[in-house]
Amino acid sequence: MSAYAPGSVEAVRSTLAALPPDERLILPALQHLQEAFGYVPEGSVDAVADELNVAKAEVVGVLTYYHDLRETPPPAVVVQVCVAEACQAQGVRDLLRGIEGEYAVAVGKRTLVGDVEFDKVYCLGNCALGPAVMVNGHLVGRCDTRRLRTAIQAAR
Amino acid sequence: MTLLHESDYGTPAAVCDETVRVQVDGIDVTVPKGTSVMRAAAEAGLSVPKLCATDSLQPFGSCRLCLVEIDGRKGTPASCTTPCEPGMVVRTQTPKVERLRRNVMELYISDHPLDCLTCPANGDCELQDMAGVVGLREVRYGYEGANHLDAPTDASNPYFSFDESKCIVCSRCVRACDEIQGTLALTIVGRGFESKVSPGGRSFFDSECVSCGACVQACPTATLEEKSVIELGMPTRTVETTCAYCGVGCSFKAELRGDELVRMVPSKSGGANEGHSCVKGRFAWGYATHSDRVLSPLVRDSITEPWREVSWEEAIAFAARRLKEIQAAHGTDSIGGITSSRCTNEEVFVVQKMVRAAFGNNNVDTCARVCHSPTGYGLKTTFGTSAGTQDFKSVAASDVIVVIGANPTDAHPVFGSRMKRRLRQGARLIVIDPRRIDLVRSPHITADYHLQLQPGTNVAVVNAISHVIAEEGLIDDDFVADRCDPILYAEWREFIARPENSPEALEAITGVPAADIRAAARLYADGPNSAIYYGLGVTEHSQGSTMVMAMANLAMATGNIGREGVGVNPLRGQNNVQGSCDMGSFPHEFSGYRHVSDDVVREQFETLWGAELRGDPGMRIPNMFDAAVTGEFKALFVQGEDVAQSDPNTHHVQAALAAMELVIVQDLFLNETARYAHVFLPGTSFLEKDGTFTNAERRINRVRPVMASKTGKQEWEVTCDLSTALGYPMHYDSASQIMDEIATLTPTFAGVSFHLLDEVGSVQWPCNADHPLGTPVMHVDRFVRGQGAFQVTPYVPTEERSTRRYPLLLTTGRVLSQYNVGAQTRRTANVEWFEEDVLDIHEADAEARGIADGTWVTLASRVGSTVMRARICDRVPPGVVYTTFHFPSSGANVVTTEYSDWATNCPEYKVTAVEVSPTLRGPGEQTVGVAAGSSVAG
Repeated sequence: MSAYAPGSVEAVRSTLAALPPDERLILPALQHLQEAFGYVPEGSVDAVADELNVAKAEVVGVLTYYHDLRETPPPAVVVQVCVAEACQAQGVRDLLRGIEGEYAVAVGKRTLVGDVEFDKVYCLGNCALGPAVMVNGHLVGRCDTRRLRTAIQAAR
Repeated sequence: MTLLHESDYGTPAAVCDETVRVQVDGIDVTVPKGTSVMRAAAEAGLSVPKLCATDSLQPFGSCRLCLVEIDGRKGTPASCTTPCEPGMVVRTQTPKVERLRRNVMELYISDHPLDCLTCPANGDCELQDMAGVVGLREVRYGYEGANHLDAPTDASNPYFSFDESKCIVCSRCVRACDEIQGTLALTIVGRGFESKVSPGGRSFFDSECVSCGACVQACPTATLEEKSVIELGMPTRTVETTCAYCGVGCSFKAELRGDELVRMVPSKSGGANEGHSCVKGRFAWGYATHSDRVLSPLVRDSITEPWREVSWEEAIAFAARRLKEIQAAHGTDSIGGITSSRCTNEEVFVVQKMVRAAFGNNNVDTCARVCHSPTGYGLKTTFGTSAGTQDFKSVAASDVIVVIGANPTDAHPVFGSRMKRRLRQGARLIVIDPRRIDLVRSPHITADYHLQLQPGTNVAVVNAISHVIAEEGLIDDDFVADRCDPILYAEWREFIARPENSPEALEAITGVPAADIRAAARLYADGPNSAIYYGLGVTEHSQGSTMVMAMANLAMATGNIGREGVGVNPLRGQNNVQGSCDMGSFPHEFSGYRHVSDDVVREQFETLWGAELRGDPGMRIPNMFDAAVTGEFKALFVQGEDVAQSDPNTHHVQAALAAMELVIVQDLFLNETARYAHVFLPGTSFLEKDGTFTNAERRINRVRPVMASKTGKQEWEVTCDLSTALGYPMHYDSASQIMDEIATLTPTFAGVSFHLLDEVGSVQWPCNADHPLGTPVMHVDRFVRGQGAFQVTPYVPTEERSTRRYPLLLTTGRVLSQYNVGAQTRRTANVEWFEEDVLDIHEADAEARGIADGTWVTLASRVGSTVMRARICDRVPPGVVYTTFHFPSSGANVVTTEYSDWATNCPEYKVTAVEVSPTLRGPGEQTVGVAAGSSVAG
């Protein structure tokens, strides 16, 4: 993924040093790292603990709690399918069946098919336009298999 | 005595003058505002089932077992997180909450191994207890579903194991680490069903865990369990006693199974520690029964001969005969004794009594000479009492904390945790230390100012702070006018205002930017409650006593004396430094710090002891060694102290010991000093002693025998036998009788007795008719000496300074897992954390000398050299190196010099000019420097 900088320790440190004053907290720090590198690179725990003067265990606690934070580089395309109540009411199960048919896979936690990762998430805040899907951070409302295919193509 | 279970009120006591009245299960109870419903129920004699709550931790509300019903409220709130409100009517046992609790417990048990009968915690498991309390009869869910029963056990810590399969994820361990210890080494990783306790995703041993044991104590199940309990079984009885490591003096419950000690658990009722502990007191007690211990008396005619094992009678007779012969040949003053700060007050008292009454001289000194004698001198001169001003609890009321030459998180960890708790609550922090100690920056704690001074410039820094306070009009004039001697104050005021004391003038000497000193001075003066805590980094200097007085001046000038949250407080290195000083161990003072030349006092002792006593002060330790080298001092009784490793300039000490005709050592182990001894009297460990220790806050704690003396005698009995053999009969039926004698002879101890201590737990002296239950905070309305005495404290640089040949300054200290010369901790699993002394050196200094991290280096001063491994780090500034003195193989004191405090001779351990160079030589090779032979007599 050329969009992301390589996650060297120096790069992590400089990202953390540039944190805005009101975001010098564990979760925002980890989110900034994920934003910069696509994931939370190795060595980030020590770096965040040091930068924010918190315990390493606290950083680990937050990092492992939030499903959205990832510790490995993402593949080319990350597809997050909302399976919360509103999207279920709008037929996301049909969409999932469509995906599973097309890619011959059972979608679980971060299921990788080629260069595409499918993941179930709970609410993207787009309930009025369900089923909602996010492809590499771009929201796709009223999503069906056709719109998803287009979005994945565009993301590659 | 049976196993002692301290009651658990579920949530901490609320501190509030306002009270509220509630009714719990029909019982009216009045509690301070802010008290939880759970605690109110406990105070009414009821107990609400709980798992995640314990009164040492803030309420959490996660286990859902303590649900209650409250009239007029919907639902079933958790009683731990619900504060009492006036008129509340609470029902803790209703069919509804009983059903809910049973259902919750059913879920817990559906994912818990059903191996209670073979579980090490059987009988001491809150989960087991609660399953019974809620009446669990069946688990409807079966045990086949997803579970954690195969989760692994982490046994990496030498003292406790973490069996994840038994964890109920109540977070008590995580919160204990956060709230009590303040290390924050534990967390919950994952979420939902995957949630589990983890030391930050690594093993306990590799994590930031400091092994204080708080998590083990907090665990309601067998998840975190002492390995000794797993191996030996659940203890069956308790003896309450006091830890024998540092000067914090933690109270412990020694838990035994039969006569075997299974574990040491900190007492919640302990005044010093209130239920907390560190790795040493909690776990590192195995040395007491180590096979290296010598249990029979030994004698030999010369130190080149092998030891002969003899009876007590023969050893005592041998020692007495030799002492008498030496006195006959070389005079009364040719012998003396050293008391130990590791022994009880009673043991120390009889040794100094033996010296004064049986030896017939005042040649008695104590190892406190080499640590806190300047504290005694400085605080007595300024305030009138040779002791710290506060109790440990006082730090919870401090707004500004100044830590000078101390490293509480390593050397006084339980007090360090108290201090860190206050700092996390927002107290401000000033650290004055050449080294970046952990307190300067550790999770959630940052020092506002770290004044990283050059070693040996303490007085200059504190004078500069006082200068700023005087110059900027920050002196508390009312306090000074009311409480202090006006003439002495005027002299000091004139002195401190001199331009030579300004931070700008001293900047070049101290290395501390003047702006930082000015800012720190303002912070301290503004308080409103500012407290000074200091350690050996203050006292072990050529100006140790001056520095203590300079700090006292600062506290008086700003009115920071005589109430909670303020004061000047020494952190004492050893368990009974305060006590050994109190007991009259100094050559010039009887117990209670009264000069031997005071006829009235001396007469009192003479009458009670039936002996004529000398009115002239005897020799101090360094005088004894110097006189031994020149041939005037011939015999020494050394109680529980390893002078050959702990005292400065090892080669000089060795030469002195070798020159004596008789050295009597009373100790647990054949230590370095015993190499030079002719009589070895086996001592007792703290687990065998009966007596009292006095900690750094003047708290007199009981030390009770956990097991019978392994030598067959108490140490004070041995001293009495020796004294009797010397012709001065001494006899006591019990240690309690010795304390009664101390109380009779010592005004500050007048009210102290074992009976009182057994009744109230502990007291802080002065304890007498005016203060029958002791004195937590001193100098409240007036100073003990009447008016506070300001002292003029000019900065005089030490003669020990870096030269072209020895360009670096060495300073020394301790690590958490090891203690002093390591005689105890080296004989425990604590060596897994720290197995050798290392030399901390800054990258710039290392690079200039071609030293790589982890390689062997020679550390040399003008008096000697030794070899140890280097560790490159940025904790020390360029020009300063640092090491510990826990291991005889590296023997850091081989290089320390004979310079000492001008007033008390406390050695200048903290400043030695050295050079460090790479070496191919192996460890443990020590040499005497070129100049050593000629410089030692000074």
